[in-house]
Amino acid sequence: MACEKGEGDVVLLDFWASPFGQRVRIALAEKGVAYEYREEDLANKSRMLLEMNPVHKKIPVLVHGGKPVCESLIIVQYIDEVWAHPNPLLPTEPYPRARARFWADFIDKKIYDCGTRLWKLKGEALQEAKKEMICILKLLEGELGDKKYFGGDAFGFVDVALVPFTSWFYTYETSAGFSVEEECPKLAAWAKRCAEERESVRKTLYDPQKIYEFVGLLKKKFGVE
Amino acid sequence: MAASGDEVKLLGAWASTYVIRAKIALQLKGVSYEYLEQQLWENQSELLLKSNPVYKKVPVLIHNDRPICESAIIVQYIDDVWAGTGPSILPSDPYERAIARFWARYIDDTVLASATIKIIKVKTEKEKAETIEQSFAGLSLLEEAYEKSFKGKPFFGGDNIGYLDIAFGSFLCWVKAIEKISDVKLIDEAKFPLLAKWAERFGSVAAVKEHIPETDKLVECYSKVLKALWNARAPNN
Repeated sequence: MACEKGEGDVVLLDFWASPFGQRVRIALAEKGVAYEYREEDLANKSRMLLEMNPVHKKIPVLVHGGKPVCESLIIVQYIDEVWAHPNPLLPTEPYPRARARFWADFIDKKIYDCGTRLWKLKGEALQEAKKEMICILKLLEGELGDKKYFGGDAFGFVDVALVPFTSWFYTYETSAGFSVEEECPKLAAWAKRCAEERESVRKTLYDPQKIYEFVGLLKKKFGVE
Repeated sequence: MAASGDEVKLLGAWASTYVIRAKIALQLKGVSYEYLEQQLWENQSELLLKSNPVYKKVPVLIHNDRPICESAIIVQYIDDVWAGTGPSILPSDPYERAIARFWARYIDDTVLASATIKIIKVKTEKEKAETIEQSFAGLSLLEEAYEKSFKGKPFFGGDNIGYLDIAFGSFLCWVKAIEKISDVKLIDEAKFPLLAKWAERFGSVAAVKEHIPETDKLVECYSKVLKALWNARAPNN
């Protein structure tokens, strides 16, 4: 064990730019849970990270009372169950709950990988990725509809799952040549609303320009033009 | 809460691991339902396309005309709706729930989808050897997890089968089929004693037995249908 911690102590192993880590930070903020944030150097992972997530060796990892929880959406559900109030994230009724899980899972399966192709690839492959991303965003916009949030009137699980990627929109748009606002105006409006109305989002998300610069560094690292 | 006027339909395919999960969950809760076998690769039914427009896959649970997709989500939904009936599928403790969800996801993302099924999909002997190694690595982690986190209980769920048993157990019939097709022992009692014994126990559970297809039928499904289908597609499909 790294050090003695009390039973209720919460530690988050994370990386500043990770949208998956941000989901957890937003959930903890929504619940008003105090925690210790530990920044990981992904090129030189800490022993604690390797011990707490030996299977994937990835962030985020929530360590609660010395016990690790891994995988961002699993962590968010855990947070929602342990600290049920305030601001419950998952709906109480089974059908809306299943629906929320479905869309959060969809976001997990699709956005990060497709987004990565947008800044890594060129030519035909890029055009394909762009088409796919617009499709993905339109499907999500369809689910949002005219609701204030994906969760309805209350900011919820799907909102938490998606909102960190909104700071990546600028990078996606610039790499592929499209506009989220033009293609999906309701989604763009939702993104603005989350930042304006949720303090948890405002305090967690980075400026899109900063993410763009970060991706610039990643591109250099991967030898992408 | 479930009412007596419930209408439950399950869109499925007999050979699908994911569909087997839903069937076991429904059986554990004693839910009556109409099972509708689906065509998967062509001539998909209107009902399937309408109920699962995003993925167009099975299983789909339709409860009072409302569709629920993705096997993990369906099993959790069944546990939520019929919470008062039969055994609990997910543990009640939030931490244990997170652990069960973690390993179920690992099975889907790594062992099942990534490694084991690939054994019978890949074309070269070298790739086959690699995917076998990957499967062993995955099974090794599960064996370790069983020892550490599931404290020598008969099932991952404790005294009765639960979420993780269903997630992994539904795949056992395909493990057997893959073993036969590729002539390799995967859940080797010598290598994975805990998993091997668990697999035997799982197969004997009443709620499970009738939903598991015979190994030979799956091997036939592979040689007559899947092999040609996979050869026609891109290698990573």
